[in-house]
Amino acid sequence: MTHQFPALTPEQKKALSDIAQQIVAPGKGILAADESVGTMGNRLQRIKVENTEENRRAFREILFSSDASINQSIGGVIFFHETLYQKDSSGKPFPDVIKDKGIVVGIKLDKGTAPLAGTNGEITIQGLDGLAERCAQYKKDGADFGKWRAVLKITDTTPSTLAIQENANTLARYASICQQHGLVPIVEPEVLPDGDHDLQRCQYVTEKVLAAVYKALNDHHVYLEGTLLKPNMVTAGHSCPKKYTPQEVAMATVTALHRTVPAAVPGICFLSGGQSEEEASLNLSAINQCPLPKPWKLTFSYGRALQASALAAWAGKPENKKATQEAFCKRAQINGLASKGQYIVSGKSDAAAKQSLFTASYTY
Amino acid sequence: MGSAFCLRDNSEKPLARWLLIEAGWRLQLSVTMTHQYPALSAEQKKELSDIALRIVAPGKGILAADESVGSMAKRLNQIGVENTEENRRLYRQILFSADNRVKKCIGGVIFFHETMYQQGDDGTPFVRMIKDKGIVVGIKVDKGVVPLAGTDGETTTQGLDGLSERCAQYKKDGADFAKWRCVLKISENTPSALAIMENANVLARYASICQQNGIMPIVEPEILPDGDHDLKRCQYVTEKVLAAVYKALSDHHVYLEGTLLKPNMVTPGHACPTKYSAEEIAMATVTALRRTVPPAVPGVTFLSGGQSEEEASINLNAINNCPLARPWALTFSYGRALQASALNAWRGQRENESSATEAFMKRAEVNSLAALGKYEGSGDDSGAAGQSLYVANHAY
Repeated sequence: MTHQFPALTPEQKKALSDIAQQIVAPGKGILAADESVGTMGNRLQRIKVENTEENRRAFREILFSSDASINQSIGGVIFFHETLYQKDSSGKPFPDVIKDKGIVVGIKLDKGTAPLAGTNGEITIQGLDGLAERCAQYKKDGADFGKWRAVLKITDTTPSTLAIQENANTLARYASICQQHGLVPIVEPEVLPDGDHDLQRCQYVTEKVLAAVYKALNDHHVYLEGTLLKPNMVTAGHSCPKKYTPQEVAMATVTALHRTVPAAVPGICFLSGGQSEEEASLNLSAINQCPLPKPWKLTFSYGRALQASALAAWAGKPENKKATQEAFCKRAQINGLASKGQYIVSGKSDAAAKQSLFTASYTY
Repeated sequence: MGSAFCLRDNSEKPLARWLLIEAGWRLQLSVTMTHQYPALSAEQKKELSDIALRIVAPGKGILAADESVGSMAKRLNQIGVENTEENRRLYRQILFSADNRVKKCIGGVIFFHETMYQQGDDGTPFVRMIKDKGIVVGIKVDKGVVPLAGTDGETTTQGLDGLSERCAQYKKDGADFAKWRCVLKISENTPSALAIMENANVLARYASICQQNGIMPIVEPEILPDGDHDLKRCQYVTEKVLAAVYKALSDHHVYLEGTLLKPNMVTPGHACPTKYSAEEIAMATVTALRRTVPPAVPGVTFLSGGQSEEEASINLNAINNCPLARPWALTFSYGRALQASALNAWRGQRENESSATEAFMKRAEVNSLAALGKYEGSGDDSGAAGQSLYVANHAY
C-alpha cells in the first residue's frame, strides 16, 4: 500500500487502470452519446424530429447496432441515465449491445449546473448527493466508467479563482467516489469556446484550470492511473477575428497539457465543443503529430462531432438506418485514424461535416 | 492490454526527445506569447530551456560542489584537514581540473558563492575553467533554513531578499543556473500542511525571480531520509510535496520547460528495518514522479541524500531501467556521492591530487552510465564507495 490510509487496494487500482487502458487502446476513442433529454431536444429539433422517448431510443439503437467492427475505433460509449435502461427492438438492453462488441459502457453522473453567487455568471456542478449509491447501482447495471462535466468561461473577469477552485474540488470529489465503486472517472473541466479571446488566452486559462484540477485530484487521493481527462482543445474563441491552423491549435493544446497533466494519466479524450466534424478530426490528427513529448494517449470523446452527419442522414426515418450507420461509422473510423495522427485532409467534404456545431453558451 | 506499464516508446529516448524539443521550438516561437501579462518573452524562454537541456543532455548530470563553509567543515573534518579558505580552494581545484573525459558526464556544476570568485593555481578563475569545458555554471542562492514557529521542528528556507539583484550579478559573473534547497521531514506529524505549502511557495518565488534574470532555477524540495518510515510512506509524502510544488510553480507563472527538479529518490527511512531492492526504489520513485511532475519539465536530477556512492549509482541506474514511461531525463545532482572517494584519496596532501581527481572522474563516469541505464555495478561494496554517507538530520 502506498498510503497511510489507502483509498484503494491494489486489486481495485488494477481494475480501474485496466478499464482506462481498454477505453483508450490504440486507435480508439469515446462516443459521447449522453445528451440529456433537453439537449437531445436541441439535436432533434435541428432535423425536425419530435423529442420523444421513443425517438431518442430509436436513434441510439441505430448507432449502437452498427457493425461490431466499430469496436476498432470506439473504446467506450457514454450513456445518459434514460438510455442505460432502454433496450433495442429485440429487447436486448443497450449496455449489453455495447458490451457484446467489446466496448466499455460509461454513464453521465453529474446533475447539471448551479450558479455561483457573487460571480460574473459562473457556475458549479451538482450531483454529489447520494453519488456513492448511484455509482454502485450503475456498476451493477453494466457501467465501468463515469463522466462529469464542469464548465468555465473566458471573459475579462472569468474564470475567477473561486470558479476554478470550486469546479476542481467537485471534480475531485466525484472522481474519488467513482473509484470507490469501481468506476473510472472521466474528469471534464471544459473551458467554453464562447468569446473573442485569442488562442494564447485560451492556453493560459486552460493551463491554470488543469493545474488546479490535478492539485485537487492529488489532495483527494485520486488514483491518476485509473482516470481519464476530457478537456477542451486549446482554440481561439468563436468570435475571435484571427484564424489559426490545426498545427497552431495542436501546439497550443499539447503545450498546455504537457505543463499540467502528469504522465500517470493514461489518456486524454478531447471534447469537440462545437467544432465541425471535420475540424474536430483534423485538429485531433494534428495534435497527434505535434512534435512535443506526449506520454498519454490523445484521442476523442465526441458527441456532436461524431453524430452530426448521422443525425442529418436519419432525419427521423427508419428507412435511413443504413445511411445513418454509414455516416456514423465513417466519422468513427476517421477519428480512429486521427487518434494515431494518420488522418490526412480529404478533398471532398460533406456539408454536414463542415457545418459548425457551435451553439452559443452551450450548457449541454 | 491489461497493464498500466508501458515501455517508453521511441519518442522518449533521450536523443529523440532532444530533437522533438528542437522541432517543437520552431513551431512554438511562431506562436506569440501565451499569457495575459507574460512573465517572459519567447527569447527568454528559449534561453532558459536551452540551459536546462544542455545540463541534462543524454549521459550528463550535475556535480553539486556548493557545500557551504559549515558543510565543508564537516567534510574536511572527516579527513583530518583544516577548514581554511585555501584548503577549500585546493579541494575544488582537484574537482575542476578533471580532464576532457568529464565533458561527457557532467553538464553542470553548482558553486557556492565563495568558490565563484576563486581561482586555480595559475590564476584561471574557476568559473572560466568550468565553462571552458563546455559545462554550465550554477550557483547556490538560498541562505539556509529557518524555523517555522508552531510546528514540530519544521523549517522554511530564506534568501528571497535582494534575490533579483544577486541573480543579475551572478549572471554577469558567469552563472546560468541556480539552486535552492528546501527541507521537509517525515515523522508522525510531519510534514505539516503549512510546511509543505510554505516551502512550495518559497521555491516558486525563487524560481520566478531567477527566470526574470536569465537564470534557470533548479527546484529542490528535499524530504530527508531520517526516520523509520517505510518506502510507501516516503512515496506518499513525496507525491504530496511534489503536487504542492507544481501547483505553486503554476500559480507563480514559472516556465516549467526552463526549470529542473532536484528531488529525493523515494527510499525508506534510514532506521527502517525493511530493506528494499534498487528496483523497488526505482519503481516507487518513478511512480511518484509520474503522478506529479508534468512532462514539460525537461529533467529530474536526483540528490543523493546520504546514500553511498555505489548505492546512488545503482539506484539511478535502476530508475533508468524502470519499465514505466518516463518523459523527463532522469539523472544525478550529487554532492557527497560524487566526492567521497575523491576526498578520501586527497586527505589534504598535494601529492594525492591527481589520484583524487581520478577518483572523482571514476564516479562521474559511473553515474553517466547510470543516467543512461547502462551501469552494471562494481560488484565492490568496500571502501569509500560502499560506505554510507548518512549524517543524521543533515542540514547542509
